[in-house]
Amino acid sequence: MIGEGFRVLLVDASTGKGKVVELDGRNEVAGGSGLAALLYQKYGQAKLPWDDEAQPIIFAIGPLTGYFPLMSKMVCSFKSNYHGEYAESHAGGRVALSLKFSNLDALVITGRCKNLSCLSIGANHIECKDATFLRGMDAESSGKLIRRMFKSGGGHRSILRIGPAGELGSAMACVNVDTYRHFGRMGGGAALGAKNIKGIVIHGDSDFQAPAGKDYSKLYKDVYQMVTSTDMMKKYHNLGTPANLQSLNDISSLPWNNLQSTSDPGIQKITGERFADETLLRNGACSGCPVGCIHIGFIREKMALDNRYHYHQVSYDYEPIFAAGTMLGIKNPFDILRILDVMEKVGLDAMSGGVALAWATEAMEQGLVTEKETLVPLAFGDGEGYQQAARHLGRGVNDFYRLLGLGTLKAAEVYGGGEFGCVLGQEMAGYATGELFFAAQTLGFRHSHLDTGAYSYDQKHSEKDVDKAVDFLISDEPGRVFLTSMVACLFARSVYSEDMLSQCLGVVGYTDLAGKIPEVSEYIRRLRWKVRAETGFHPDNFSIPKRFYQVTTWKGGVDKKYLDDLKRAYGQKILGLIGDIT
Amino acid sequence: MKQLTTPRMDQCIGCQSCSLACARLVHKKLSWNTSGIRIHSSGGLSTGFVANRCLACDPAPCAAVCPTGAFSDRPGGGVIVKKKLCIQCSACVAECPVDAIYQDRSGDVYVCIHCGQCVPFCPQNCLEMIESDNIEEVLV
Repeated sequence: MIGEGFRVLLVDASTGKGKVVELDGRNEVAGGSGLAALLYQKYGQAKLPWDDEAQPIIFAIGPLTGYFPLMSKMVCSFKSNYHGEYAESHAGGRVALSLKFSNLDALVITGRCKNLSCLSIGANHIECKDATFLRGMDAESSGKLIRRMFKSGGGHRSILRIGPAGELGSAMACVNVDTYRHFGRMGGGAALGAKNIKGIVIHGDSDFQAPAGKDYSKLYKDVYQMVTSTDMMKKYHNLGTPANLQSLNDISSLPWNNLQSTSDPGIQKITGERFADETLLRNGACSGCPVGCIHIGFIREKMALDNRYHYHQVSYDYEPIFAAGTMLGIKNPFDILRILDVMEKVGLDAMSGGVALAWATEAMEQGLVTEKETLVPLAFGDGEGYQQAARHLGRGVNDFYRLLGLGTLKAAEVYGGGEFGCVLGQEMAGYATGELFFAAQTLGFRHSHLDTGAYSYDQKHSEKDVDKAVDFLISDEPGRVFLTSMVACLFARSVYSEDMLSQCLGVVGYTDLAGKIPEVSEYIRRLRWKVRAETGFHPDNFSIPKRFYQVTTWKGGVDKKYLDDLKRAYGQKILGLIGDIT
Repeated sequence: MKQLTTPRMDQCIGCQSCSLACARLVHKKLSWNTSGIRIHSSGGLSTGFVANRCLACDPAPCAAVCPTGAFSDRPGGGVIVKKKLCIQCSACVAECPVDAIYQDRSGDVYVCIHCGQCVPFCPQNCLEMIESDNIEEVLV
């Protein structure tokens, strides 16, 4: 059974009560990213601070969630305490299907719980329980206790939780989703913490009639075979995203030591193959995704002189390995996993945390900060020091770490060193591919490498044609926005062409939407930017630190004029998009 | 007769494609519950997965307690389901020792009928249809 409208659960955290509302707009905003923007317009407070009780945190899925393989992600949106503007983050795990099978298209939480609490929802229940005893508890232990607090549906539900970083309002705090996935970036953990909510359990205990006729099952089978029997998804299934480590290092595009270099022979110790051969314990998948891109490594710790050990499982991907590995000069896979394990526990976004610690290390080298601030000596390559520092950052143990948790450049304003803060709108993603990526992440909607294919464009184009490059960014965005409105995993973008999406939407009954994907994509793209602009976005809010102008990639040194021209031209195009929507 | 077995659950990645396939193809539903095979984590996602599914008891205790004949013994183990005869009494659900029968909120019950339609949708080769006489060990 499809919903032509949206079924949205509104929860007021201050009372623990909620209500379901039906909203129109399926054929205008589709779902996911588009629905989240619509809901922020309706329930958000663009001019109020990020942590005002009235601000919503929004979770939204799409019209194809659960209907087809890899339609397995959820959008979380909120006013970010990183930049004070509207932000989106995406996660997989079981959460998308859990919300679908709770007969909901979105969950919107406003208000603030009186005490630290956990929220549980399903198709026919809403419950908010006091969880004061979870205060300060790490994300892993919290998950175990939340499972015991809410007994029904065990083993078959989604559990979101924050660590101490979210509780204290770190702008690098993530929301842990089902242990191995995350709403990672832009401080979603802080947005949930501001609601005084430690965890959310989504039961997914309902069901729907499948679309009538044989066409749906046949199309499902076709898509399933494309993602499992062809090479389209092999790179995600095999080594996973860590395969990029070697290839980016080979083309001088892998950030090392706070982006002081872009290639290092030490890569041989931490390639995707080395991670797979030495650390990979098993694989996992999001619900509804047969690809199974989740790679889970292990760390083994000796706890006594005798042969007494315990082990722990840590998921890894290219981006966390870049941030907690090459960016920190770490060349031992297990040391990288140990740092990531600490970040998991304290509830830090690994990418932001690693890049921030890389800045702190260089700041220490230059004498801008000392051990008085960092509490432990920081040195590129010293895994033990970074484990301790990650814990300090996640728990905000002193003024320095609390400030650093609000953003590298916030700390640099006080301590200096802004010129080598590797921040492109937020702490950089692991692509030192060239000028277009630097401009694109700086101004991209999510400040994510997945907003557009800029990192790929950089690798294929050495010419410096500003108009052509910016046109690429502008033309590449709507298709991705439509995918994140379905909400597809972006790894499946080669499978879900516009034609395929049209077939999928049509066969489950969204025939109107299926027939106007280009128009809806463009509308959603502009709506998102408009919502963000209402919360204060302007391209001039974001600058590119000097370090990025000093980078050498496969194309040679970065061209300052080209980079500045790209940023200026892209910013103007975005302003044009914002101005066009009424 | 062949029956559904899960001999390689150690390889399961928890994608639930089998559950979704059963719900979609056998029961015409979109669900991970209304299915003859339900994949659960066991104590969190770090501990792997188990399959709640019919172990093809012969004779089947769920069929023995069914008061209407909606469930009857299937040759080789398991049950033959005649949905029209079901009065939603839940006796089969309570009787199953391994929680293999799911009852939805409307009272309908779902159990594996050993048709094998889920098998090709497992990307990890966890599932297999095997002749009842050739099953040496029951793995879940």
